[in-house]
Amino acid sequence: MAVKLKGPVIKEEWCKGCGICAAFCPKNVLKMEGNKVKAVDRDACNNCGLCELRCPDYAIYLEEGEKDDK
Amino acid sequence: MTSNLVKSYFRMDKLPHIWCPGCGHGIVTRAVIKAIDELELDKDKVCIVSGIGCSSRAPGYLDFNTLHTTHGRALAFATGIKHANPDLEVIVITGDGDCSAIGGNHLIHAARRNIGITAVAFNNNIYGMTGGQYSPTTPTGDKGTTAPYGNIDKGFDICKLAQAAGASYTARGTVYHAQLLTRLIKNGILNKGFSIIDAVSVCPTYYGRKNKKGDAVKMMEWLKDHAVNVAAAAKLPEEKLAGKFLIGELYHNPQPEYTEEYKKITESLRRG
Ligand SMILES: Cc1ncc(C[n+]2csc(CCOP(=O)(O)OP(=O)(O)O)c2C)c(N)n1
Ligand code: SF4
Ligand code: SF4
Ligand code: SF4
Repeated sequence: MAVKLKGPVIKEEWCKGCGICAAFCPKNVLKMEGNKVKAVDRDACNNCGLCELRCPDYAIYLEEGEKDDK
Repeated sequence: MTSNLVKSYFRMDKLPHIWCPGCGHGIVTRAVIKAIDELELDKDKVCIVSGIGCSSRAPGYLDFNTLHTTHGRALAFATGIKHANPDLEVIVITGDGDCSAIGGNHLIHAARRNIGITAVAFNNNIYGMTGGQYSPTTPTGDKGTTAPYGNIDKGFDICKLAQAAGASYTARGTVYHAQLLTRLIKNGILNKGFSIIDAVSVCPTYYGRKNKKGDAVKMMEWLKDHAVNVAAAAKLPEEKLAGKFLIGELYHNPQPEYTEEYKKITESLRRG
């Protein structure tokens, strides 16, 4: 099986809550909850990587591996 | 819990960085690193040089040969480094103030010599570090702490300035167009002579607040709505381009590179 990307990993300690990743996620995977971002619909992620590219704080990135079913 | 890219090229003990929430400088820094990674440059053969400013803090976070110099002088130091070590890939990280106000003279002369340096101007249209004074790229009419009623100066176009002075590669990207920005930095590094990439960044804390531009998300949306790719712009009537700005590769005209020309002279004298 080809290596897939597993969707976003969030490093909460580094997230400064700017909201950029959530605002421009094309699949509405991400949502701001207070001052932190949460992945609310992980299954919808298309692994486009835009969140990682535009996070000023390196607090979100795509993890390699099979997508968890959970 | 950090991406391999960040682990490979950042000084992990210096992270998280101290830029404000939503500051575009982190996005530009990542684009520089991504370009270096995609080009598979040897870390020990790269030297990253900066001046002073929020933008110029970037090399402190990066695990390369780095030099944090004095305000406006990054290109002068970088010229010396490149001269002494022509094999090094010298990359300058600078701000709009750093490279076009106090350092404007160094910019035009680095461009004039077409020395093999790639400069990435983190252009947030303001002096961020010192609290929001207007810079040579603050648009006319916009406010800064030193222009409370609106700036009456006309702004510099960093790319046009560098091109007129002799740069062989000029390009503009933005933090919204981060993929394009990475590609432009890569091509700038590949160009042998002097390259400048005007990386339009956002400073929500000063430029944003002073000019009621909203938060970082709003400022990114503004970039999305006002940037036009140079290829698309060529097909558009002038009125459609009013109030817009160009992104993409703006100029590329390979010319003899300074340290190579210098080497030719020294070798001919040795032979003579
Ligand atoms: C010789 C000198 N003059 C002035 C300063 C004060 N100073 C520090 S950073 C800066 C401007 C920074 O603006 P810019 O280069 O646009 O970078 P930014 O902080 O916006 O990223 C100034 C005027 C200084 N450090 N040294
Ligand atoms: S872009 Fe980064 S810092 Fe901003 S909300 Fe998303 S994860 Fe947090
Ligand atoms: S990779 Fe794309 S779809 Fe997935 S969370 Fe990030 S921005 Fe959204
Ligand atoms: S003051 Fe502006 S440029 Fe400096 S870190 Fe804050 S947002 Fe970034």
